[in-house]
Amino acid sequence: MQWGSVGEFFSMGGYAEYVWGAFGVTLVLMVGEVVVLGRRHAAALRDARRLARAGGPR
Amino acid sequence: MNWFKFSSPQTFYPLAGRLIPVFWVLAVVLAVAGLYIGFFVAPTDFQQGDAYRIIFIHVPAAWMSMFIYLVMAGWAALGLVLNTRLSSMMASALAPTGALMTFIALWTGSFWGRPTWGTWWVWDARLTSELILLFLYIGFMALHASIDEPRRADKAAAILAIVGVVNVPIIYFSVKWWNTLHQGASVSLTRAPSMATTMLLGMLVMAIAFWMYSIAAALSRVRSIILERERNSAWIGQLQESR
Amino acid sequence: MKPRHRRFAMVVGGLAVLGIGAALILNAFNSNLVFFYSPTQVSAHEAPVNRSFRIGGLVQAGSLKREADGVTMRFVVTDTARSIPVSYKGILPDLFKEGKGVVAQGKLGEDGVFHASEVLAKHDENYMPPEAADAVEKAQKAEQESQKTLVMEKTGGSGR
Repeated sequence: MQWGSVGEFFSMGGYAEYVWGAFGVTLVLMVGEVVVLGRRHAAALRDARRLARAGGPR
Repeated sequence: MNWFKFSSPQTFYPLAGRLIPVFWVLAVVLAVAGLYIGFFVAPTDFQQGDAYRIIFIHVPAAWMSMFIYLVMAGWAALGLVLNTRLSSMMASALAPTGALMTFIALWTGSFWGRPTWGTWWVWDARLTSELILLFLYIGFMALHASIDEPRRADKAAAILAIVGVVNVPIIYFSVKWWNTLHQGASVSLTRAPSMATTMLLGMLVMAIAFWMYSIAAALSRVRSIILERERNSAWIGQLQESR
Repeated sequence: MKPRHRRFAMVVGGLAVLGIGAALILNAFNSNLVFFYSPTQVSAHEAPVNRSFRIGGLVQAGSLKREADGVTMRFVVTDTARSIPVSYKGILPDLFKEGKGVVAQGKLGEDGVFHASEVLAKHDENYMPPEAADAVEKAQKAEQESQKTLVMEKTGGSGR
């Protein structure tokens, strides 16, 4: 390992804003997609159940 | 084992439900391992310093953006030819994740180009064709959403997806066919990779992690699509209590 | 919004996206399929005249100089066959180095000097730790040295 300290790690050899800007946005987008997927499935399940309860399968 | 059994949404829905957690766990474990190798094992690069570490997400995202498109177009074509509902649903489920991967490839590439090339963006063949890939994904989703009748939407979007396949080899070979600012491939099937071993290992582990993530995301989305489109079928009613 | 209007808006939106995409393709592939010209192509008059274009090649070793005003940089871009002198006012990117790849945008002056308005570094696809790069460089130098001695022996070591 080449990092002498935590600060050295986060400064990324002077490229901190580029490296963390790339990794940070990627992480946010991927976690965001997972959240959206979970919500969509929950909503779809809720709607399907409501429909089944209301009129039953047609 | 009869594989055709799983081509109906009814049997595929619970199967996908069992597979999804496996792929999520694989994605997280591999991503942690890949990031550890990328940040703590792989050395600094001789000319780019630590800016090169963006490669550990840039290349996996770029690979996935092209690969997902091919898989999406394949499912769409299958749905068009065999008239199977599930195939078209798979294509629709892959599109948003493919678009996300394309955006990540462009975004991280921009953050890599700025410190190394000296610019956020250039209109060279590689970058332009990757941007066109993003528009193809958006076009696929917009076209599908613009047609109310799902099967007609599937067919129209499938044709767009199939036509767009021509862009994938253009992206891949652009750095060979034309003068580009983007460098050539470090990893190819025809010769030894031009990277130090630990750098290459980190990149490959991250690529597999992105792959597992994409499978999990697409399976999760296809389950929602099945519920949304088959909500009037008898089997959905029986799904009530068990998930 | 009525469903019919919503659908209409979607179709228009989809067409707009496709239109923008097509326009980008045409524009990019018209002017940028040739992203840069090599010095050989420029000397063969293949590059556009009276229009801004890009040249690409390697920065010739030992050619980088800063002018007296402190902001104008001069260097030579070469493809090993031909070379073009370049002048540029501004900050060079981090990876700009002698012997490495470069792409410069600008116009070719009457004097044969390429006046660049933008200079970008073009790096290669090799990634390795600094120690490995040093080792590679040393090996290459050693090889060159041994070739030199061979040449000297062949020419009979004529006092050079």
